[in-house]
Amino acid sequence: MSDTTAHEEPELIQLLTPEGELAGHPDYPLDISAEEIRALYRDLVLVRRVDSEAVSLQRQGELGLWASLLGQEAAQIGSGRALGERDMAFPSYREHGVAWCRGIAPKELLGMFRGVTNGGWDPHEHGFHLYTIVIGSQALHATGYAMGVQRDGAVGEDGTAVISYFGDGATSQGDTNEAFNFAAVNNAPVVFFCQNNQWAISESTERQSRVPIYRRAAGFGFPGVRVDGNDVLACLAVTRAALDNAREGNGPTLVEAFTYRMGAHTTNDDPSRYRASAELDEWKAKDPILRVRRYLENNGLADEAFFASVDTEAEAIGEQVRSECRGLVDPEPLDIFHEVYAEPNVQIDRQRSEFAEYLASFEGAGAEGGR
Amino acid sequence: MGTNLTIGKAINAGLRASMEHDPKVLVMGEDVGKLGGVFRVTDGLYKDFGADRVIDTPLAESGIVGTAIGMAMRGYRPVVEIQFDGFFFPAANQTFTQLAKMRRRSAGKLSMPVVMRIPYGGGIGAVEHHSESPEAYFTHTAGLRVVTVANPEDAYWMIQQAVRSDDPVIFLEPKRRYYEKAEVDTAAPIEEATPMGAARVARHGTDVTLLAYGPMVKTALQAAEADTDHSIEVVDLRSLSPVDYPTIVESVKRTGRLVVAHEAPLSGGPGGEIAARVTEECFYHLESPVIRVAAFDTPYPQSRLEEHYLPDLDRVLDGVDRAFAY
Repeated sequence: MSDTTAHEEPELIQLLTPEGELAGHPDYPLDISAEEIRALYRDLVLVRRVDSEAVSLQRQGELGLWASLLGQEAAQIGSGRALGERDMAFPSYREHGVAWCRGIAPKELLGMFRGVTNGGWDPHEHGFHLYTIVIGSQALHATGYAMGVQRDGAVGEDGTAVISYFGDGATSQGDTNEAFNFAAVNNAPVVFFCQNNQWAISESTERQSRVPIYRRAAGFGFPGVRVDGNDVLACLAVTRAALDNAREGNGPTLVEAFTYRMGAHTTNDDPSRYRASAELDEWKAKDPILRVRRYLENNGLADEAFFASVDTEAEAIGEQVRSECRGLVDPEPLDIFHEVYAEPNVQIDRQRSEFAEYLASFEGAGAEGGR
Repeated sequence: MGTNLTIGKAINAGLRASMEHDPKVLVMGEDVGKLGGVFRVTDGLYKDFGADRVIDTPLAESGIVGTAIGMAMRGYRPVVEIQFDGFFFPAANQTFTQLAKMRRRSAGKLSMPVVMRIPYGGGIGAVEHHSESPEAYFTHTAGLRVVTVANPEDAYWMIQQAVRSDDPVIFLEPKRRYYEKAEVDTAAPIEEATPMGAARVARHGTDVTLLAYGPMVKTALQAAEADTDHSIEVVDLRSLSPVDYPTIVESVKRTGRLVVAHEAPLSGGPGGEIAARVTEECFYHLESPVIRVAAFDTPYPQSRLEEHYLPDLDRVLDGVDRAFAY
């Protein structure tokens, strides 16, 4: 291998060290109050709790599947809190923290993983598109949406920006690369936010990309930046800058949030088959929540009562997630036919009425001794 | 007042009318701008509506359909051109997993008013991947509407109906019929045009129903003309999804026989589905089994063989004869 560039250690934008010390960065100054940092801490703790509760619910058979965000809270809360009200986010399927920031109730997410909905929230109401399962598809939707924003003349100081979330595995998909190219060619106001959590199920980043992911952007003609994805302040500052850049008409940015998926890919996965426990220990030391807590404690910006109140709130949310999950009602059988088409469709209408008749044929069957 | 138009020009005029009617209508695809598309169907639109509404895209079909989905979410009505049938496949994921299912996934919160125009079918002596009939892939996918045209009148009105539809519409253009010419009353109100989902009796007859769509309608009409032994009723299907079964069933009940002809390969093609349904609904009216005349279950052949591959007048007439052999 003669390519030495692949071995250079890329710069990692970091504002808060794992030890909880403010590092600062000349290009990404962050003017943030203690109160705002406490609010970020609260977000991090609460989404971690929603997530762990969902994992438990899956283990109890209440959810068909869950994709845990454990370890990626800072990347999601930092970028999610950088979004303005008018901005539009296009998530993959692990963005529970971003969903939290966009006001999507945890039970909406649970509904999808329980099989009650396919993701029934209103994307426009929340500025948060539906979860997209097929890897990389949403990067194109985000780019097209951003091209629409341009045509609306909504680019400028108070403009709208668009953000697309995906993982390291998605950078291997054609759609993601086509999105980079469409966005670059059109100078579209979109930020590509890659959470490089090091593993695409069992395949390491080295199996996805020969070069550091953020460096891909240069080939498409826009800036790429690698940020410490376990540093909520850095994720906030870098994403905010990229969004502002986009909304001001300067085109796309690729943000690579360098982070780690501490749990399994989904509840169906067993990471012990493909990665060493020492790796997990190494990343545990970089825990995104711990460093914010250390910072707040070391600088006397939060007392025990504050941490206790957040923990109490987390308990309450855990309780709420549990009861709401069990309270999710199965859809009616005839919902199978709902919302397939906007306009009447004779084929579907016919099948619906035939199935309704069939279902009705069972009514009263129990009383008559069943069939 | 009528205007004499080819199918290609009629679609062009229909697109123009759509863009004039609604500023949210956009045209996008490869070479659709200054060139006016490889078949010139978007000719002149770039000049009159500008680069913001007639978008020359990078050469990437998935990118075209995927960004059109995002545009639709932002309130636009994109009409995308896929340059040739065989180039649709790179966009299959965006079409099947995203475009078709978005309304359902969002529980009706999102509509996808996207039209995918695809020049399709053979008979122009093209190289491979330029002559395919992929309609069955689309008709098997819930959430898509699939239509095709056989004359300039339909071409002019149906493209406008497709653009106005809040559902994604796969608009199949029979490329070997682009230059067929007829009078179109472009001044008539759109409300008076035959609905996009309706089949049409193109020629009345009493002995057998010959069902065709797109490029095969002309062949079917020629067959009806040529066959002096039987009175052939020709039905132009127009909409492949949903299918207007009442019109078909009514015709078959009158004639007692059905022959379906299409360019798509036989197995798993639209003809099989129609045959099954007609058998269910018209069993006691049928004088013979439903006969299918279709292309073979092979890859589209090199163009020097396509005259044997495509069902031509003789094969359609042979199909009709088979229907009378019972």
